[in-house]
Amino acid sequence: METKVPLIRLAKREGMETWKVWCIRVGSILLALLLGALVMVLVGVNPIGAYGTILSGALGKKTAIRQTVKIAVPLLGCALAIAPCFKMRFWNIGAEGQITAGAIAASYFALFWVGRLPGPVLLVVMGLAGAAAGGLWALIPAFFKAKWNTNETLFTLMMNYIIIGVVRWLQGGPWEGRPGSQIIPQFDGAACLPRVLGVHCGWIIVLVLVVFMHVYMRYTKHGYEIAVIGDSVNTARYAGMNVGHIMMRTMFLSGAISGIVGFIVASGANNTLYDGVAGGVGFTSITVAWLSQLNAFAMVVISMLLAVLEKGAETLQTRLAVPTSISDIITGILLFCMLGCEFFINYRLILRKGGHKEVAK
Amino acid sequence: MSGFVTLLIALVAAAITYGTPLLFGTLGEVLTEKSGNLNLGVEGIMFMGGAMGLGGVFYYEKGGGANGFAAVAIAILCAFLAGALASLIFSFLTTTLRANQNVTGLALSIFGTGIGQFIGEYMRVSEGGYISISNRLAGYFQNAPFPAFLQKIPLVGGILFGNSLFFYLAVLLAVALFWYLNKTRSGLYLRAVGESPATADAAGINVTRYKYLATVIGGGISAIGGMVYIMTIAGCVWNHEGLSGEGWLAVALVIFCMWRPLSAIWGSVLFGALMILYLRLVIPFIPTQLYKILPYVVTVVVLIVSSMRNNKEKQPPASLGLSYFREDR
Amino acid sequence: MEKTVCAIELKGITKRFGEVVANDGINLQLHRGEILSLLGENGSGKTTLMNMLAGIYFPDEGQIYVGGKPVSIRSPKDAYANGIGMIHQHYKLVDVFTATENIVLGLEEGGKLDRKAANEKVRAICERYGFDIDPAQKIYDMSVSQKQTVEIVKVLYRGADILILDEPTAVLTPQETNKLFAVLRSMRADGKAIVIITHKLHEVMALSDKVTVLRKGKYIGTVATSQTTPQALTDMMVGRSVTLDIGRPRYGNPVKRLELRDVTCHDGEGVKRLDGVSFTAMGGEILGIAGIAGSGQRELLEAVAGLYPVSSGEILYSPEGREPSSLVGKTPMQIKRAGVAMAFVPEDRLGMGLVGSMGMTGNMMLRSWRKGKGAFVNRKDPNELALQIWKELEVVTPSTEFPVRRMSGGNVQKVLVGREIASAPSVLMTAYAVRGLDINTSYTIYNLLTEQKMKGVAVIYVGEDLDVLLELCDRILVLCGGRVSGIVDARTATKDQIGLLMTRLGGKEEA
Repeated sequence: METKVPLIRLAKREGMETWKVWCIRVGSILLALLLGALVMVLVGVNPIGAYGTILSGALGKKTAIRQTVKIAVPLLGCALAIAPCFKMRFWNIGAEGQITAGAIAASYFALFWVGRLPGPVLLVVMGLAGAAAGGLWALIPAFFKAKWNTNETLFTLMMNYIIIGVVRWLQGGPWEGRPGSQIIPQFDGAACLPRVLGVHCGWIIVLVLVVFMHVYMRYTKHGYEIAVIGDSVNTARYAGMNVGHIMMRTMFLSGAISGIVGFIVASGANNTLYDGVAGGVGFTSITVAWLSQLNAFAMVVISMLLAVLEKGAETLQTRLAVPTSISDIITGILLFCMLGCEFFINYRLILRKGGHKEVAK
Repeated sequence: MSGFVTLLIALVAAAITYGTPLLFGTLGEVLTEKSGNLNLGVEGIMFMGGAMGLGGVFYYEKGGGANGFAAVAIAILCAFLAGALASLIFSFLTTTLRANQNVTGLALSIFGTGIGQFIGEYMRVSEGGYISISNRLAGYFQNAPFPAFLQKIPLVGGILFGNSLFFYLAVLLAVALFWYLNKTRSGLYLRAVGESPATADAAGINVTRYKYLATVIGGGISAIGGMVYIMTIAGCVWNHEGLSGEGWLAVALVIFCMWRPLSAIWGSVLFGALMILYLRLVIPFIPTQLYKILPYVVTVVVLIVSSMRNNKEKQPPASLGLSYFREDR
Repeated sequence: MEKTVCAIELKGITKRFGEVVANDGINLQLHRGEILSLLGENGSGKTTLMNMLAGIYFPDEGQIYVGGKPVSIRSPKDAYANGIGMIHQHYKLVDVFTATENIVLGLEEGGKLDRKAANEKVRAICERYGFDIDPAQKIYDMSVSQKQTVEIVKVLYRGADILILDEPTAVLTPQETNKLFAVLRSMRADGKAIVIITHKLHEVMALSDKVTVLRKGKYIGTVATSQTTPQALTDMMVGRSVTLDIGRPRYGNPVKRLELRDVTCHDGEGVKRLDGVSFTAMGGEILGIAGIAGSGQRELLEAVAGLYPVSSGEILYSPEGREPSSLVGKTPMQIKRAGVAMAFVPEDRLGMGLVGSMGMTGNMMLRSWRKGKGAFVNRKDPNELALQIWKELEVVTPSTEFPVRRMSGGNVQKVLVGREIASAPSVLMTAYAVRGLDINTSYTIYNLLTEQKMKGVAVIYVGEDLDVLLELCDRILVLCGGRVSGIVDARTATKDQIGLLMTRLGGKEEA
């Protein structure tokens, strides 16, 4: 008897061999680079030359490498911050705002406590203040989620623009340097992160955070709780976990790390505070965290990859007069390909063939 | 007294101008979200719409075109196609390949702002530094489509008849969207898809088709908003500074109006007013710069209050942000 | 002429899921103006059979006839085209829509939605059969029985004249059940053909014209309701007793371990789930709990474990050599620490009690994760425990880190039961511990439970298979509609006795 089975059917797949998984992932990156090359051809640039320029521009010289690392540091830091939330399936897309909150608090001490505290102490206080501010800023949506199940995706998103607005106010008002400049003055040297190997030492802090987050997620009680909640809230309750409490605690930690990143960016990279202190890092880092499958070490690689693209695109502009926004385009294509490729890892396509089988309930 | 009225009228007129691009962005996103897709790429979509719309008109005029209505039509078409294409990527990744909607939306934001800026920059560079559209053509975008005597009616004339063509289009669109969602079978089915795709699927509704169509058309509508911003407020010049943030504001407005197109009309005027209030009205003790965060603050309040009240009618579509896979039970 | 042609006839329907034969050569006949009860225990294949009429599954063998003509039903749409509509146990309704909006969902493409006309049509159907719903009411404002009514009207609206209802009374109060039966009778008078899937005997007797009985996927027979008795139907449903040879040693001197006094529980919607439940569980004894699905088994276990709120009554726990203390009001964690373990195997196996994405070790930690000082979890002990269970219970898995979600059902259950036993409890509660397991694995679990009993543990075993309950347990408590309808000695009780207890209370209410 002829039966009506669709031509292509989907089924969930689990347990694909590791080497195949990596083949698919690397394949998706290659595909993205090919598509990027196509874009370059369209605008009349030789793609091989352009990719070469990007590589040499980002990694060719010591100064270039330093610039690239400087771009990668906040990306990596924020991706680490987001990882525990996403592991818990708490969609925190408010890292942008949490960075900004941290930067504001750190800047407060940088602007008004310099001279009152010895240099190293000042930096530590700035860092702690940044962590506290970022954490508290993240705690607000977590509280409402735990208490009234308020949609956290939309809430954290809105929180970003509120705090960025506050920076604009500070810039044009209370913290303004020269009247009318709309600019907050540069920090005193004591409030700037010292350089190590030519880059502000934020990179060391972030690398420490990589190890911290890896250990936190894998080996601590907190990490275990987060993993259980992410898998099944019911099982977590069965095991006696207080889900709302853990949610708030995890968001505070996530916000605190973002806050530290805010401190690093303000104190180390910009030496001042302005409304673009986060500059989209909070959003890009979400994609970094997700594409790394929340693996702290994979985040190092992916954030470097995106940083190379961004730094290289700057060189591309100066040498070949291609607008720097080409890096956003290629980054976008890269993200699309990597997001799409997970499908082929998680699902199996079944072509119509032979008899049809059903699975019992 | 009359000074106050004049000020108020000027404020409302300006609020409408600033609210119109938002209204397009919001209506598109409402349509998208009603299908259960949370497309956070609106920011990128509006960038693409802005750049493509401007580009379309610029090259039309450069090629010798002079018809104002054709220019408007070309701008709308280019913007719509750009947004539809971007949303097609989103739909393919989230509906067909079941990628995470939040992450895909953010990726689309990055990609779209990149494309928008790239095109804007590229045109500027390749055309020798400046892109402009003749005042005559720009007038079709910026001036009211009604005869002057209507606009001169005291008090209400300016507000009712003095706005750009796009405001009236947006209001028509809002009414049409309201009508579609609430009065047609297809609209009912679309809402069913956004609320409970499994139920819709069991009732024989093609979930995938509805999700694709709503998202692609919705993206196209949102993109028109970006074009309207560039052609009216930005004065037909590429201005990524001004455009940045419009998309996120549109997402906020979707929440503020609780996914209802008719509320979006006055919501967009309110948001528009909040955006320019600092120029017109100085309230003591509130720093003018803080006015700009008001739209987001009121949105957060609306979000919190609606979740606390737990009113079943005033909630996001129940399956918003979730991928649907029939065999998941 | 009308009488001779069957509305529906099934001939030799067989359906297999992998190795399992869910339906084995089933025959069935139904005429217009008739109500047929499809009777059988849980897992006897009733729902599977009806799903083939509704277009959810496609039979492997056999033929379906509608109105005397052979048909092939491949989708719910085909089913409707043949006038067949099924009301499933889990309703598929959009909460924020009105009754009418749900009813017309997906019917036609395009065009204006004429709510007024649709409301009128719905109202006409309601009046015709005596349904009590407001077409313009939102689903979220409706009671469970009203939602069920919407589902029935939905089917009628689509022109179905053959209706299948899957355990329609499971979620209804007695009053609502009576109302439903009245409606079904008026539909019968209207010439509809109706099948109700049930395992409640009193409903069969009260409502149907004839009864078809299935047992373990096999067709047992069809009888006219007027010519049978509940006793005869029970015999057909449970069959002769089967000897299983489960060892049942006696434990020296059982002591009182757990005592429930008049425990009553309500669910979130205020419906009584447990009603004045009292019993004692003894250390050194397996107390079986029998009852049709949804009689309060889950609520009973969860109430003891501290996961379900107790409205009134007392739960007293007497650990070895200590004074009895109350468990009511304690947190699940405190109760667990006191030595009460629960291994509940839910229908989806993983929903509660296991973390699907983690391996055995990670799941062992679910009990011990909070132990020890400091921020770090101790993975060593759980890992050793995992290795021990792996070896002793012969769990088939490549490693202790292999996600349990990807293990087969039997192995998942071994992990769950093994972990609970390993916590050295003094009260061990298991529910459906052998659900979906093959014979050998089932015996492993029985032996484990008996072993625990001989250590002096009070074992509570919620089961589905009466044969097993009779051979494994020392005493059997029978639940019916949230109440204890009897406690019997498993060594002397008969299957019929328990079968009647399972349905007795409801029968009283019905009469």
